[in-house]
Amino acid sequence: MALLEIEDVSKSFRGLRAVARATFAIERHTIGALIGPNGAGKTTLFNLIAGVYRPDHGEIRFRGHAIGGLPPHRVCAAGVARTFQLVKPFAELSVLDNAVVGALHGERTVAGARVRARAVLERLGLGSKASMIAAHLTLAERRRLEVARAVATRPSLLLLDEMMAGLRPPEIDELVSVLRGVQRDEGITILLTEHVMRAVMALADQIVVLHHGEVIARGAPAAIVRDPAVLGSYLGEDALEGTAS
Amino acid sequence: MPALSHVANAAVSGVLTGTVYGLMALGLSAIFGVIRLVNFAHGELMTLAMYVAVVAFQGLALDPFVTMIGAAAVFGALGYALQRGFINRFVGRPEHSQMLLMIALAMILGNALLLGFGPDARNVPTSYQLDSFELGPMLLDKARVYAAGAAVIATSLLAAFFRLTLTGKAIRACADNPIGARVAGLPVAHLYAVTFGLGAASVAVAGCAMVPLIDVTPGLGPGYTLLAFVIVILGGLGSMVGALLGGVVIGVSEALAGVLITPSAKSMVSFGLLVLILLARPQGLMGAARR
Amino acid sequence: MMIGKLIGLPGRRGRRALIAGAAVIALTLPFIASSYVLSVVTLALYLAYVGQAWNVMMGFAGQLSLGHSLYVGLGAYASAGLFFHTGIGPWAGVWLAIAICAGVGAFIGFLAFRLRVSGVQLSLLTVAFAELARIGFDHLEWLGGPGGLFLRVADRSRIDLLGFRGPPAMYYYAILALVGGALGLCTVLLRRRAGYYWRAIREDEVAAASLGIDVFRWKMRAVILSSAMTAIAGVFFAFYYNSLFPEQIFSFGRSIEIVLGPVVGGVGTLVGPIVGAGALVLLGDGTTEVLNRLGFDVPGVKQVVHGLLLLLVTIYMPHGLWPPLARALGFGPRKI
Repeated sequence: MALLEIEDVSKSFRGLRAVARATFAIERHTIGALIGPNGAGKTTLFNLIAGVYRPDHGEIRFRGHAIGGLPPHRVCAAGVARTFQLVKPFAELSVLDNAVVGALHGERTVAGARVRARAVLERLGLGSKASMIAAHLTLAERRRLEVARAVATRPSLLLLDEMMAGLRPPEIDELVSVLRGVQRDEGITILLTEHVMRAVMALADQIVVLHHGEVIARGAPAAIVRDPAVLGSYLGEDALEGTAS
Repeated sequence: MPALSHVANAAVSGVLTGTVYGLMALGLSAIFGVIRLVNFAHGELMTLAMYVAVVAFQGLALDPFVTMIGAAAVFGALGYALQRGFINRFVGRPEHSQMLLMIALAMILGNALLLGFGPDARNVPTSYQLDSFELGPMLLDKARVYAAGAAVIATSLLAAFFRLTLTGKAIRACADNPIGARVAGLPVAHLYAVTFGLGAASVAVAGCAMVPLIDVTPGLGPGYTLLAFVIVILGGLGSMVGALLGGVVIGVSEALAGVLITPSAKSMVSFGLLVLILLARPQGLMGAARR
Repeated sequence: MMIGKLIGLPGRRGRRALIAGAAVIALTLPFIASSYVLSVVTLALYLAYVGQAWNVMMGFAGQLSLGHSLYVGLGAYASAGLFFHTGIGPWAGVWLAIAICAGVGAFIGFLAFRLRVSGVQLSLLTVAFAELARIGFDHLEWLGGPGGLFLRVADRSRIDLLGFRGPPAMYYYAILALVGGALGLCTVLLRRRAGYYWRAIREDEVAAASLGIDVFRWKMRAVILSSAMTAIAGVFFAFYYNSLFPEQIFSFGRSIEIVLGPVVGGVGTLVGPIVGAGALVLLGDGTTEVLNRLGFDVPGVKQVVHGLLLLLVTIYMPHGLWPPLARALGFGPRKI
């Protein structure tokens, strides 16, 4: 049984179809990537899994249990953590306190949560900034704090929403290696949405491609980048016709 | 159960008073709808206008309906200056910051009136104060009829302004889409100031209109501010017709409550209505805090 | 800290001495100050306490309640009514007061949070409930109606702890204990899960929910705690002033008075409400006193001073007086 199973999931907003009959699965201890042009429905799908929206149709199963329609805090309790596309740090709190809030989910005491928080911050390379106020961090650091906070809840599945946007190549590479480390050490499964292909190719074991809310391709990275349907969705059908086969 | 004519009289009288309330609420609605400012000092401005009318009457023997015109102009200008020179700086600040600012102004203004005029009630005994028009079986206070007339005229002028003039349309554009308005090059600071000025002017007219009907004390402010909010929320934000209708509804319900229940219970109806309206909003979608 | 030492501001020992000195003065005040000063300080402490209670709702649940006089009034009337009609004293009455206020607070909170009323609408909702209470109690003849509810005039010379009657010093120590207790409670809560979760909710509700926090439940807890604490203030008020009038105790002006202390001192900080209340009473009553001595009869000048102070703080020091003061003294301002 796969860790996360999306089966025939659809969601519309006032008649606009955001996600249409999406079906795919993410296996344990892997890193999956959701890609697709803007407006393809990636963030909507994320929000469906995370409990922000309720699916109109279909099932979302996590560890075999249906989680579609649960509110966000119950989804977290089930073992799914997420980050946000526009980072949402607790700005006036310190970096450590941010992580403690996450850690309290899995720990019974504040003392225990602080220990867990420090460990996670170290792993994410923010250990030295523990007492800084979150508002004073750089964007790249805030992204990492967001990941740290989510990881501190001891999730089985981590949803990363466009973590790499706006980062410079050295920052991207650093975040990629940090994520790989976290995935390995914590045994987490990761599902990420991304536009930055550099990161996707470096991280993903499996890629799912969305276009107009539908899944148009699934598979290993090497196959996906050559898939004509995928190329068509990004470049436009006309561009493909021009290329010699 | 009081006689039907008694109830009908109260209802009509409520409609008349309601139009004045509506004018007052209109000012608040414009200010909140356009500038997004919660004007907690609205009632105090009205009280100030009332005192102006009182002083004009006692010092210059001017009828409040005459003072009204001058007061509207002066309040309009002062309102413009206040918004342009001072309040505009707070437009970007968080909501509660603005609320507190206006509460502070309200406290200062209201208590300055107390300091200046003392706590005793003043009133303006006009020549027509005790006269009434006869309309069939009903007796309508002349003062109330005049007040309603002034309110209706002022409201129509405002409506015409917003609908027909360029500035009025620009202001409505600001209310609909502040960022778009800036991008389109509209002078937003000026337009906000005009809006506040108009709000202050309408409150001045409403205040002067009310003066022959009530006793003026410095502490009237908060009551009128709250009343204005009830009306605005009842009638729907940004709707001029809504503010006027809301005013009439409140005026009538207060008058009827005064006749059918007891006079002191009349505000209870207003606040009860406020609670119901505030709560009867559509449920947000599950999970997301959508507004 | 280093800068503080360089400029000659109090270092650690200096701060400890400062706190110790303040504590000594606080504990011995009835013996060293005139009865007028004692009553003014008692009032300031009352405002500080009720501000602390309000601060819990704003600082934790992020709800700007402009109708908090509702809870003071309900608490006062509950305990006073009980005493008036049955002779049962305030130590039992306070529990009735807390139960009623917590219930009402939960009701309003439920309405607000479940129906997603927030911002201006929420503040107006709280005002509306307070106004409904004001008018409602005006019609409750068995609680005195508009003429007021008067408790038996107390014999102020004996200390009757059970009936909570006694000399001004007794009331002073009682309110001092309440302020200290509230400070202690908030400090403890801040360090525990509640403090972290509440601060998270205040910063970003959506992010908090994504980390497993049941936002609705925690907000309700803050609201109930706040209203329960305010109930106690009401009980104190009833037995200190001995008379209750709906027009006064539920008034919008009183609600604003409650808000002034924390706003001026610093919303969301532990000490802000105390500092704010102190500043307001010092400047407000101080100005009135000075003007009276000079022969001016000035009704309302206290509120003008309060309004000016609120204005200045809102414009120049939106985080309140305490944070810059704390920095100057070398304390890190600890937030709720």
